[in-house]
Amino acid sequence: MRSRLPFLIGGLTLATMQIALAQSPSISAPKSIQAGDAFTVQTTGSGKAALFIIGPGQVLKRDVQLGEAASFAAGSLYNAGRYLVVLTMESSTESDFLDVLPASKPAELSFLAKPSRLPVGLHEGITGAVYVFDAYRNLIVVPMPVSFELSPPSGTAQKRTVETHDGAAWTGMDSTAQQGADRFLARVGDVSSTRVVAQVPGDPCGLKMSARQLGQQLELATDPVRDCNGNAVPDGTIVTFTENYRGGQSTVDVPLKRGIAAVEMPVHSGATISVASGVVMGNQIGWEK
Amino acid sequence: MNNGRLLAVILGATTIALVVIGTLWPAPSALAYAGGKSLVPSSSTPEAAVRNLGNDIRAHDWQKAYESLANKAQFTEPEFMHDLTGYYPSLLTYSTLDSFEVRPLHSTDTAADVQLKLRWSTVVGPSVTTRDVHVVKDGDRWAPEWPIAKQPSVPPQVIPVNYLRWDVIYRGPGDDWGAQDAEAPHVRIVDMHPVERAEGVVVLGELLNEDVVPAYVTVSATLLAKNQTPIATEGSFDNISHLLLPKQVTPFLIRFPNVSLSSVASIRMTPLSSLVAASADPVIEIGDEQLHPAPDASLTGQLINQSGQIVNVAHVLGTFYDKSGKVVWVADQYVDQALLPQTPVAFQIHIPEDLAKNVSSQRTVIATYSSGGSL
Repeated sequence: MRSRLPFLIGGLTLATMQIALAQSPSISAPKSIQAGDAFTVQTTGSGKAALFIIGPGQVLKRDVQLGEAASFAAGSLYNAGRYLVVLTMESSTESDFLDVLPASKPAELSFLAKPSRLPVGLHEGITGAVYVFDAYRNLIVVPMPVSFELSPPSGTAQKRTVETHDGAAWTGMDSTAQQGADRFLARVGDVSSTRVVAQVPGDPCGLKMSARQLGQQLELATDPVRDCNGNAVPDGTIVTFTENYRGGQSTVDVPLKRGIAAVEMPVHSGATISVASGVVMGNQIGWEK
Repeated sequence: MNNGRLLAVILGATTIALVVIGTLWPAPSALAYAGGKSLVPSSSTPEAAVRNLGNDIRAHDWQKAYESLANKAQFTEPEFMHDLTGYYPSLLTYSTLDSFEVRPLHSTDTAADVQLKLRWSTVVGPSVTTRDVHVVKDGDRWAPEWPIAKQPSVPPQVIPVNYLRWDVIYRGPGDDWGAQDAEAPHVRIVDMHPVERAEGVVVLGELLNEDVVPAYVTVSATLLAKNQTPIATEGSFDNISHLLLPKQVTPFLIRFPNVSLSSVASIRMTPLSSLVAASADPVIEIGDEQLHPAPDASLTGQLINQSGQIVNVAHVLGTFYDKSGKVVWVADQYVDQALLPQTPVAFQIHIPEDLAKNVSSQRTVIATYSSGGSL
């Protein structure tokens, strides 16, 4: 009997402590979940309490029966960040933390491609930057590969693969030698985004004109104006004709129409006629009657 | 109380007396402004006759001005009015005659020549036109013969225009924030340097639209002191052609009054461009350009509208270069009459006398404005 007494006292003490612990209210939230996942907050104790989950841009409140688990359906918490879980009772509060992490599966890309228009043949002239988001627009900071692809209307595509760093990845691409609308694609997993980059002709190259007399007028016309890669310079581009003659000068700024610039200027014997577009000079013609 | 009534009666009687005197014997200036006789009572001299004509023009009394002319049988009153204010809407249409000068040129007993310099106030500043008026004696008075410049009429016709026009669709509110907008035009300053003038520092240069789309451009400059603090910031205002078509070049001039070049360590240039809807029409030929040396240094020439659209206001900008091709000055002039198709209109841009000797060549650009259309 004597030998059993200490066990009895110890058992009673443990049982009393367990009862006391069982009656003290507490909460237990998961350390972390992914955005949009269902989760459960376990409570202990007895009686009624209010459970608050407070986080970035979002607050949830739930009346709970202590000792029972509070379950939250999928999609309840969707903004990534650290949440404060608070259990409030009549005379006390208990708290815990819950980290909501971005979902691991990318669902959306923000793709910034600059510029939307540039001349042909520029090295690293095109920049693409991608931000990877989950279905709830949380930036996914876990590194993941992004493939960039710039496809001209004809010819081979340029491809680069870059790993994201803190949710972003970027690259530079060369503009090709041919004008046209290039498709610039960024892809992460099965999510992609496409932009269009217009590659436009560069400065005119080998600008050349010819002259023909029509009565008292000189008809001046350029050959079809092209850049150094053979692309047709677009209509509307200004070509300047300048006629210098003894004691005077005449100038006309003419827009290209159907690829050529044409104008009529007065005939002056001994005149020198030049043609230019922007900072590019063309040929000169000396005119004698 | 009695004193107050007496004062009121005296004031009332004095007022009535002054009104009666003013009505019966009005002051000449009041009479002139009320539309009565002119301040210059008669056309007893050629100068007085032309001065009366100037007063009538300033008062927009076209009928009276027309009636005073000796050669009114040669044209109608509307033709006379349109000769002064423009046949088509132009700068002069919305201007007022601010002042005028009369200067005798030559005189005999029966005829005289008088120069009439008209200073108009327009929306872009003063505009001066000069007419040499022949004046003839008619009995005891002199009557001016108006040197009417009949505008050649353009025959009714249809001119097909198929120049390019650019329209712009910008990104909308429903677009993703990462979606591209229409890219602003790429422009580049191809020349820039400061010049010290008596009135302060002037920054001159040229701006190129190196893109394939039209650009609305402005240029501003900030003068920086040696410690890199800003001295002043100014823009080119209207000393620039704001609309640049692809590969077009405009000069610009930015004035910094009361600033000394010695206090300037560097200049920060800020060219701004935005995409605008525009048309490649009209095409203006600048013909017969001639540089005239000092004195009265100037660039003269004529504008010929090669398109079918009437240009209401033309702004001529001249860039003047030295022998090495460096810009030495930029000057401008607004043409005060409309440009009709294929109808030459003269212009004259003045060049500062001290710079004229350095000018070796020039380049002229035109900015045009048409009513009912955009730029």
